[in-house]
Amino acid sequence: MAWGTIVKSKHDWAVEPNLANYEQARRTFSWEDARRELDGLPGGGGINIAHETVDRHINSPLRDHLAIRWLGKNGEVWDYTYGQLRDLTNRFANALQDLRVNKGDRVYVLAGRIPELYIIALGTLKHRSVFCPLFSAFGPEPIRTRLTIGRAKVLVTTQSLYERKVKSLRASLPFLEHIVLIGDDHGFTNVPDTIDYRRLIENTSNSYTIQPTDPEDMALLHFTSGTTGAPKGAMHVHGAVVAHHITAKLALDFHRDDIFWCTADPGWVTGTSYGIIAPLTSGITSIIDEGDFDAERWYGILQSQKITIWYSAPTAIRMLMKAGSDVVRKYDLRSLRFLSSVGEPLNPEAVVWSKEAFGLPFHDNWWQTETGGIMIANFAAMNIRPGSMGRPLPGIDAAIVRMTGDGSVEEIREPDVQGELALRPGWPSMFRAYWDEPERYKKCFAGGFYLTGDLAKRDQDGYFWFIGRKDDVIKTSGHLIGPFEVESILMEHKAVAESGVIGKPDPVALEIVKAFVVLREGYKPSEDLRRALLAFARTRLGAVVAPKEIEFVTSVPRTRSGKIMRRLLKARELGLPEGDISTLEAD
Amino acid sequence: MTKDKIRETVLRALGGVAPEADLSQIKPDLRIRDQLDIDSMDLLNFVIGLHKELKVDIPEADYPRLATLDGCIEYLASLRDLR
Repeated sequence: MAWGTIVKSKHDWAVEPNLANYEQARRTFSWEDARRELDGLPGGGGINIAHETVDRHINSPLRDHLAIRWLGKNGEVWDYTYGQLRDLTNRFANALQDLRVNKGDRVYVLAGRIPELYIIALGTLKHRSVFCPLFSAFGPEPIRTRLTIGRAKVLVTTQSLYERKVKSLRASLPFLEHIVLIGDDHGFTNVPDTIDYRRLIENTSNSYTIQPTDPEDMALLHFTSGTTGAPKGAMHVHGAVVAHHITAKLALDFHRDDIFWCTADPGWVTGTSYGIIAPLTSGITSIIDEGDFDAERWYGILQSQKITIWYSAPTAIRMLMKAGSDVVRKYDLRSLRFLSSVGEPLNPEAVVWSKEAFGLPFHDNWWQTETGGIMIANFAAMNIRPGSMGRPLPGIDAAIVRMTGDGSVEEIREPDVQGELALRPGWPSMFRAYWDEPERYKKCFAGGFYLTGDLAKRDQDGYFWFIGRKDDVIKTSGHLIGPFEVESILMEHKAVAESGVIGKPDPVALEIVKAFVVLREGYKPSEDLRRALLAFARTRLGAVVAPKEIEFVTSVPRTRSGKIMRRLLKARELGLPEGDISTLEAD
Repeated sequence: MTKDKIRETVLRALGGVAPEADLSQIKPDLRIRDQLDIDSMDLLNFVIGLHKELKVDIPEADYPRLATLDGCIEYLASLRDLR
């Protein structure tokens, strides 16, 4: 093997890891025990994420402990103790009450990493409404689709995002009852047909009692993408907090005095499960940075905030790697003790580089929107095999399976054989449905397994290795992009007859979105037209979803039933043999 | 190379990654990312575009100096190869 194992010993630990003995922990773990690490609502009122993250700390010394420190992009530093967070989230819960928003109603937030977002998320959960984050870099079309699928009742956004992306959609969103605006400078807004956030919460009480919440009550709606069709809304419940809490304890090694920085945006599941919920259930301090990626800014934050645990993503780590180790050495990063990564597989070069640059290796882990929390991880006390996602958490049963042809699956037990990564359902943060799409949900299960759609293998020691996606979903900079969503928009351009969209391998982003376009009669390929299509797609979809490359072709390969053969497009792009085309026709 | 020429080149490189943007509206002293919808991959492609047009190498450590239009022009003008 090209990359040697990174061997750990007791001398590598600044503190005793929560998961010191993997085999023993797997044997003794139970979800009932994990549940007992949380409080539950008083008087047996069930379990509510907002209670576990905020309210339960109020009668302890944590009341005055720093819960969230927000770093604004212009240098602002705003601190929130658990006590302050309790009051503010109570106010937002009361505001929802005043707006006649009910249990189960969807409250969407479209915003960057601003402090209001965290207050709204937790206030919404207090009120037992459903929190649905939207990534602020989405263009109008992905926003409209997701608001429509989940029938949003409330949308909270900023004044500038509203004006740029939402205002023009409003006529197509009749179900949306309230739009609440946050000032771009966090001040008051005054925009017709909207409600001002500050006035809204300043006019409400800071006391609120969480009503009984069943562990199966819906809490979170996270959108993700499939190959075909519209995005899917994965539904998560309040009981998921048990998994958020325990997986952070075991896989991220949270200890009481930790200062934690999750760089993920809450528009994606990582930024909610571990960017909002898990650090607060654990009573630690969470650092939120509003700014965009910038190597020196990030090292500056690690140093000045004395971050102890850092959870980031491969694309960012690869960019840091490009910036080099010399930059790292300019900073005092002695507080750091544990580095972790998620979003797409972390390449072995990056793992080895991090050990060299920080003296600490990044620990890759694996999970997805549907699983709600970390499922497979490299743990603090475990040797790392660079390039591997690690081993399943206690309480999680993972397997490699193959289809048997009768619609079921069988487990592949021999090591190093590629198959689909599958999980035995039953952990608390497992998604409960795709919003309004029972058929699509059903298709994710076979033979008693949840099928993840990722291809992987397991070595003889139980380490899992990612191979690729089973479907055509594109993984770019840690985001999943559905090719269909991109193709549909390109097809709306008057010059486009057909389009096929693939993930083109990229050394930094893992993949970038590349579109192949067939023009209608009367249109000729030109640089001007390529730019016009790029501009069209970016305006409608936003920079993160739109293609980075557009290539004109004379045809897009299709199966006999008319499905786009994206794998063939990809093989051609990579100059690979096209192989037996019949095998590419599978769904 | 004059600053006007550099400015033109910078705007052309920006237009290459974000052709939808109205570059005449860019405020030169504000962060480009706050005014245009561009992601981190676009920024990398912007730097590649500058490299292609100007034949200069821009080390990652200097990327923060490219945050605003004014910053880009000042930085590029300071490179010896472009003086």
